[in-house]
Amino acid sequence: MANLKELRGRINSVKSTRKITQAMKMVAAAKLRRAQSQAEAARPYAERMARMLASLGQAVVGNPDAPKLLVGTGADRVHLLVVVTGDRGLAGPFNTNVGRFARARIRELEAEGKTVKVMTVGRKGAAYLKREFASRFVGEVSFQGKKRVGFEDANEIATRVTAMLEAGEFDVCTLIYNRFRSVISQVPTAQQLIPAELPEAAPAAGDAQGQPGAWYEYEPDEATILAQLLPKNLAIQVYRAMLENSAGFFGSQMNAMDNATRNAGDMINKLTLTYNRTRQANITRELIEIISGAEAL
Amino acid sequence: MATFDLELVSPEKLLLSRPVEMAIIPAAEGEMGVLPGMAPMIVALKGGVIRVQENGQITERLFVLGGFAEITPTRVTVLADEATPVASLSRASAEARVKEAEAAYNAAGNEAPELREAAMDRLLAAREMAAAAEAA
Repeated sequence: MANLKELRGRINSVKSTRKITQAMKMVAAAKLRRAQSQAEAARPYAERMARMLASLGQAVVGNPDAPKLLVGTGADRVHLLVVVTGDRGLAGPFNTNVGRFARARIRELEAEGKTVKVMTVGRKGAAYLKREFASRFVGEVSFQGKKRVGFEDANEIATRVTAMLEAGEFDVCTLIYNRFRSVISQVPTAQQLIPAELPEAAPAAGDAQGQPGAWYEYEPDEATILAQLLPKNLAIQVYRAMLENSAGFFGSQMNAMDNATRNAGDMINKLTLTYNRTRQANITRELIEIISGAEAL
Repeated sequence: MATFDLELVSPEKLLLSRPVEMAIIPAAEGEMGVLPGMAPMIVALKGGVIRVQENGQITERLFVLGGFAEITPTRVTVLADEATPVASLSRASAEARVKEAEAAYNAAGNEAPELREAAMDRLLAAREMAAAAEAA
């Protein structure tokens, strides 16, 4: 039988664990709100960018010297995977899910005989994938210690990817991240960055005003604008993935901590019950001893 | 007076979205004033100040650091790489940026011409920023 002192110690330790998880849950909830509003603030830019790109892309596709960022190198041999994960743990299955997704993807591509290169954003993804695929690593970025990720951070990554493309180090670039569907659901997603998937030339621009497919004039020319627009587009895609990642991370962490708090509560109840039972059993035993001692006299 | 919708967005937020009478935007090949009913255009921007006119007066000045503008007869969307209201520009940080850009330009002295040109653009944009901060 567990002794009373031991039980008391365990109850206290679980209680303090519950306090910690509860505090972490609150913090995650506050950060989640901030991350979500940041993600929302970035949306208008991405939308407008997609609209412009759609109308520009049409003008250039099919052109033999269209920029590589748009059409790729034409080959499909070397794949670069950019894997975005959180920098910290204690967030439920958040990081593991992306990691597992990325691993399946790498295996699949290698089974097809392609060469795979991996670049990770976030510390946890690097730790997860390095064990198995260290030889495929071409870079890892982490923003640990940074309060919030800014557009410059995403831009830096995009610049690196562009430089690698220019150097002919890969043919296809895919971004893997956790898409933020809701606070309780994040879905690992793969999105092809290069060659760019052109957004459908939606009932384009001007149409809202009833003018069929407005024809734009370009100043300077299409090629120059496109050459500036494409790297921006890349950066904005990475930025969006990073924002969704951080929103998802806090959502997942909040959930995990909520569960942990609840489990700690259950544990405390169970331990308290055992504690009381043991205490009563002790008292009963002592009584029996006293009574039988008295009767024997 | 006739108006059109002006939207100014940076990657981090939506800065401005309302009907205005005229906007003067720093296009790559010279400043241009945009009035309602312009022919559709997409222009690249250089660093400079966007001036917004409402009721015959300039009501808002925002500094943008490069980007694009999409112009249609009834709407103008400016996608800026970075945008700050002129009033909140700080002269010190603008000057620091000029120094940095100058150093980068000098360092790019014997790089490929495109790189040098990009460094030059950045330097010019930084100088514009310093000038705008000065004037504010």
